[in-house]
Amino acid sequence: MRAGKALRGVAVALAGALALTACGGGGEAADSGPAKLRMTVWSANEAHLKLFNEIADEYRKNHPDVAEIKFDPLPFDTYTTTLTTQIAGGNAPDLAWIFENSAPDFVASGALLPVDETLKKAEGYQYDDLSPATLRLWQDGGKLYAYPFSTSPFGVFVNTDLVKKAGQKTPAELIAAGQWTWDNALATAAATAGKSGKAGLVIRDFDYKGWDNLSTFWTGWGAQAWSEDGKSCGFGSPEMVDAMTTLHKAIFTGKALPGPGTTADFFAGDAAMTITQISRASLLKEGGFGWDLVPLPAGPKGDYAVVGQAGLGVLKNSPHAKQAADFLAFLTNPTNSAKLAQFFPPPRQAQLTAETLAKTNPKLKPEQLQKVVIDGITNGVVKPNHAGQAELSQQVRAGLDPLWQPNADVKAVLDGVCAKIQPLLAK
Amino acid sequence: MSRTDTRAGRVAQTRPAPGRTRRPWWTTRRRDQLTGYLFVAPQLLGSAVFVILPLILVVWYSLHEWNVLAGTFDYVGADNYTALADDPNLGPVLRSTGVFSVGLVVGNLALALLLAVLLNQKLRGTILFRTLFFSPVVVSLVAWTIVWGFLLQDNGGINGLLDTLGVDGPNWLRGEGTAMVSVIVVQVFKNVGLNMVLFLAALQGVPAELYEAAEVDGAGRLRQFWRITVPLISPTILLTSIITVVGSLQVFAQIAVLTQGGPGTSTTVLVYYLYQQAFQFHHFGYGATLSIVLFAIVLALTVLQWQMRRRWVFHES
Repeated sequence: MRAGKALRGVAVALAGALALTACGGGGEAADSGPAKLRMTVWSANEAHLKLFNEIADEYRKNHPDVAEIKFDPLPFDTYTTTLTTQIAGGNAPDLAWIFENSAPDFVASGALLPVDETLKKAEGYQYDDLSPATLRLWQDGGKLYAYPFSTSPFGVFVNTDLVKKAGQKTPAELIAAGQWTWDNALATAAATAGKSGKAGLVIRDFDYKGWDNLSTFWTGWGAQAWSEDGKSCGFGSPEMVDAMTTLHKAIFTGKALPGPGTTADFFAGDAAMTITQISRASLLKEGGFGWDLVPLPAGPKGDYAVVGQAGLGVLKNSPHAKQAADFLAFLTNPTNSAKLAQFFPPPRQAQLTAETLAKTNPKLKPEQLQKVVIDGITNGVVKPNHAGQAELSQQVRAGLDPLWQPNADVKAVLDGVCAKIQPLLAK
Repeated sequence: MSRTDTRAGRVAQTRPAPGRTRRPWWTTRRRDQLTGYLFVAPQLLGSAVFVILPLILVVWYSLHEWNVLAGTFDYVGADNYTALADDPNLGPVLRSTGVFSVGLVVGNLALALLLAVLLNQKLRGTILFRTLFFSPVVVSLVAWTIVWGFLLQDNGGINGLLDTLGVDGPNWLRGEGTAMVSVIVVQVFKNVGLNMVLFLAALQGVPAELYEAAEVDGAGRLRQFWRITVPLISPTILLTSIITVVGSLQVFAQIAVLTQGGPGTSTTVLVYYLYQQAFQFHHFGYGATLSIVLFAIVLALTVLQWQMRRRWVFHES
């Protein structure tokens, strides 16, 4: 009798659990009334959000079926984790910004709504103007699952005041002399750090954890995290060993980069140079210090460029997926794409000219835009990305940790990384 | 009244004799019972919704593979439990969890007891020191950890202090040994005030005449401490040790903010590992399984401590 009652209790609880699971697991039905759209973004920058809101307000003027468009900034460091947790909790946004490192997971999983048909049908959209190279990461089976919202090459921002004060040639001078190489860049950074007491070169968002940002360095040696097909580890390759040996010496011998556990913010004037994307130019303060933006230095394999990509996708389970896709078409049409280009380099070939970009990038000169942005997008390789990147990333981070010691055995550490990730790559 | 008489009386109450009026169903006793149930209802409801149901859900999830992005939720039976045996990270994670727990429990309880004994003296300024040591308990955990993160940097406050003493400090959060020590110390200082206050309350309940009698018998301070103080505050030691052990197994924010489980996996404790599996790697089913393991460990340790109390906790009764 008692056992029967207990079983009934458990059954009721499990039924409740199943009901809750069904609620949380997605499959939300479309609701009636004007839609309230929410889009998650990584940036809380006021200038970025102001522009987004202006475009959203304009859209809503002619779309009474959309009552609200809210941009929801999530912390950069935990962006993807927060987004997937929201999805798991049944609180998925209607549109989401997706980084290149999680693109394979989002595109292949079927979490996103194909948007190519909606974009093609939008009036005056000029879909064919989108550069095919920028679409590749976001396509599967001939369908486009996210719009390549930003293809942003990495460049080197330079605090020219600090470099000149240290009696060093500026990167612009080195470029003019055909000497803008990693050897010279690291020497300049080390000398400036030594004389100014501030940091030399900061690889932004690396902080000895975000290792994929090091691809802005090792690509100059022709190294890759893994092979093109994603099946073989590249950390143990001779190119990677050479690159990481150079980096290790620059950190622990030359002191060209701030060591582990030391932070320095270039945009606060605490470093001579930083490697980052042009979307961070908005962090430069008026009258703060003299600065320049130059391409990445040449590595042993010559000139190269690395790009970070972000896509904008519509979540398939969104109760307002149709309206969200329609807003995406408006947000990324030629007119708005040109406005957004001041922060986020567009995939539109017609807009990828120094003249066009200069109109909306008052802080950057046309030659900077040409060398860093346009040439970078044309020739750059995308940062490492792979299905199951979060787990891979954690394994690589843990594997690389022993490298960030003064007496590390670079080759042994890198071989250790491969031993850790090869089973994951082979899956 | 004997037990039989009571039962007989109840029977008499429930079966009125023919011709007598039936007692009303809504009696004072029933009203009091209902009032009691209504008072505990919010707590029971809260426990059911926020404790029992999530617990059942976690067990349910642990029997499934849940791909959040794909939106699939497939029953896999005990697969997630058998996967525990094949997980090469589980051993190191459990070892890190054990090291952290032992370090925290020993450090916290020893320091809290020492501080409580010192602050139990009738000296000037003890109130100020009690407040100072208790204040971290009410500080936001994340804010506290971020501040410590800055202090423990290679060029941070701790090494700056050591530098003035001519000591070259290590890179605390980057060394495999020092990272764990750092996390333990940060956590010890965060909550030592709570246990200190509990110990202080217990110490003030120890009768002064016992110490006077011991002094007359020639017992020294150390002997008094071990023979009088410790036994009389042992119920509080039991309480604080249970609270601290359970808390030590649930540490998360400090690891997430200070080390993210590194360097290597040296500070990856069980809660952080299950967070990684569930929320970063999207293995929600396996994450749920790891949380069942955590629940089992907490339950086992709590039961063990409760059973062990008979051997060392002193009760005057």
